Formats: sequence, structure tokens, C-alpha cells
Amino acid sequence: MINAFTFVLLGFLIICAISTCFCKNFLTSVIIFMSYSIIMSILWMVLESPDLAITEAAVGAGVTSLLFFVTLKKIHSMNDKNNEDNKAPMDEKEKDRSADM
Amino acid sequence: MSRVRTDYEKTLWRKIVRFVNGEKDLFDEQSGFNVETEELEDRRHRNFFEEAELNKKKVQIAELIEERSEETEQRAVKLYERFYRLFAVITCVAIIAILLVTVANLPDYGDPDNPANNEVSKKYIEDGIKDTGAVNIVAGMILDYRAFDTLGESHVLFIAAVCVMILLKIDPDSEKGKRFISLENDRAYEPKNDPILVWATGILVPIIIVFGIYVILNGHLSPGGGFSGGAIIGAGLILYLNAFGFKKTERFFTQKTFSVVSVSALLFYSISKTYAFFTGANGIHNIISKGTAGDIISAGLILPLNICVGAVVACTMYSFYGMFRKGGL
Repeated sequence: MINAFTFVLLGFLIICAISTCFCKNFLTSVIIFMSYSIIMSILWMVLESPDLAITEAAVGAGVTSLLFFVTLKKIHSMNDKNNEDNKAPMDEKEKDRSADM
Repeated sequence: MSRVRTDYEKTLWRKIVRFVNGEKDLFDEQSGFNVETEELEDRRHRNFFEEAELNKKKVQIAELIEERSEETEQRAVKLYERFYRLFAVITCVAIIAILLVTVANLPDYGDPDNPANNEVSKKYIEDGIKDTGAVNIVAGMILDYRAFDTLGESHVLFIAAVCVMILLKIDPDSEKGKRFISLENDRAYEPKNDPILVWATGILVPIIIVFGIYVILNGHLSPGGGFSGGAIIGAGLILYLNAFGFKKTERFFTQKTFSVVSVSALLFYSISKTYAFFTGANGIHNIISKGTAGDIISAGLILPLNICVGAVVACTMYSFYGMFRKGGL
């Protein structure tokens, strides 16, 4: 059952898990975590449980990462340094845009 | 009988409590300057020169105390950091060792003598289709034999959504909510109607949602079921929301939709499955005919229950995102 493909996937899994912890940038970390979920879902396929694979792909890679992204945005941790003007106070035009969202 | 302690104020716990309350420095008592200053206080009502000298001395002593306490503070911080690192390393190594030993002692993968291969799984595999009418044995297990567990799981999801709502919901009509929406609105900087996103969403979202519905409706025939299908539909709704904004999704999904859909789904689930609570795990199997195994409309209650679970999960996923995004649906 365990063949070379599985070993490669397991290696990727461990690399992803470790680099999620040691990554300095939160955004990169979340994206690596997303790829961790994708690899995990392929591994569920290899272990012959396709229903878990579907759930892992939808919840682990999709919804969880989206919630992480939203949280990072809320705590203003997704702005890089070139994008400082994002923190400037809103002018009237942008207020209008926010009102009709 | 326990003795009443008279030196209660001097115990370590009291010190920590006072330190936490900000009344006293934890390491203050080690620098023995307090006694000296008290002595100096007694000599205060002597003549003027002495007093002036005293003041000078006091200032010096205060400086000394400050220096000394800073030193002790730094020492304490260093000690704490060293202890923290040591403790972290010890904890990590211990957990790694425990996990590795556990994994090493697990039975082999796929061994027929494993404890998991007992009469329970044999019964499920042999009689699953006959008892439940579901070709997908997993669906038969979680929605027929173990339907009561799945009822609890759906309620956990619903309670999670309600808790997120309690924590994050903002009343847009209140004074505070208005200020929050005008100040904290980070959606104002997003590209609105971004053509690539809109086009990709227009193509992808129908496929995603149809796939989710397929996974739910075929839950008793093929891998998948309520939870997976609901998560897929929820993810599709979130994508739609991201591309077109809250104004468009409010046409078909509001707070009211969320409460009506999830509460009625959970109610239906509870009403149709609580009899298992009274009859034991075996349930009553002759209310709805099981039909031919393999047809879409077969397997008794499994299909409607799958639809209920899917509705609850989709609503929960979408409401999580809405709550995180703008504090409302």
C-alpha cells in the first residue's frame, strides 16, 4: 500500500507543517497551511476515504484559510510596507464607496 | 484539623497576589532599604541642617533603591527567560517522545488482527445494505446506526455559529455600530467588481454549488454526504460574496434565512431521529420503505437527513465568514 508516491506526499506534509511554524510572514504561513490541507486530502484519497478527502479540501483548504485571511486583514497584518497609504484616514470618496458596499 | 496560619501575609501566594494586583513589587523585599528609610523617617524632627542632609541622603538612597530594583528586575527577567526556554524545550521533547512511543506501539496498518476489526465492523459491513438500504456504508453508519451522534455534531456546529454571532455581531443601527462601520471598514479598500474575479466567479460558483448538491443528494450512494456537501456549498457562497459584495447576497441570504433554515433543519432532524433515544441504537426500521439499494430515492431517512445536515453546515460556513467580515449577515 505504502509506495513511493505516499512517501513523497508524507515528506511534503512534514515540510509544510514545519515551514508553517517557522514562517515569519503570516500570509505566507496561511498559504503553506492551505497546501498542507491539500496534501492531506490527497493522502486521505490514498488511504481510501474519499469522503474525508472532500471534506478536508472544502473545510481545511477552503473555509479555514478564508477565515484566517479575514482575521489577518482585520488585525492589519496583510499590509506590506510599500502599501502604507492603506492606513491613511478615509476621504469622502472612499466613505461613499464603503457605504454602498 | 488544619492549623490557622498566622504568617499568611508572607506566603508566596499572597506575594504573587499582591504583585498581580500591582500593590507591591515581587522582588522589593529582597533589597533591604525599607528599614533604613524608616529609621531616617524617625529622625526627621531634628534640626534643620540635619534635615537637609537627611533629604540629600534620602535622594541618594532613593536613587540607589531604583538602581538596585532595576538590577533585580533585570536579573529576574533573565532568570525567567532562561527558565522559560528550558521549560519549553523540556515540554517539547517530552511531547515528541510520548507521541513517537505511542506511534511506535500502534498496531500495523491493515493488519487483520487489529482491535478495530471486531464483530461491530463486521456487522456493519455485512448487514449494512440490508439494514439501512444505503450503498455507502459510511452514510448508513453515521445517519442510521449512529444518527444520534450526528445529531449532536450538527448541534455543535449550530452552537458554534451562535457563539460567533454573540461575539462578533454588530448592530448597524446603534451608535457604536455606525462608528465601527465607518471607521473600521476595511472593505472600502478592496477592488469592487474586479473583472477577473467576477468572471471566474460567474463560471465557477454554479459548478461548485451544483457539485455540492450532487454530493449531498448522493450521500447514501457515493462518498460524501451532508457535511462535505454543505461545506462545498458554503465555500461557493463565500466565493460569490467575495466577488459581488453583501448587497447582492442579501437578496437571498439574510439573518432571517440563516435562522429559519438551520433551525428548521435541526428541528426536522431532532423530530425524525429522537426515537433512537428511546428505542436504543437499533432504531425502528419499518416507518419508511428502504427502496431498492442504489436508487436516489432509497435508504429511508438518510437522504432527508443528509439534506438537513448539508443545509446546517452551508449556513454555518457562510455565517462564519459574514460574521468575521462585517459583523453581520
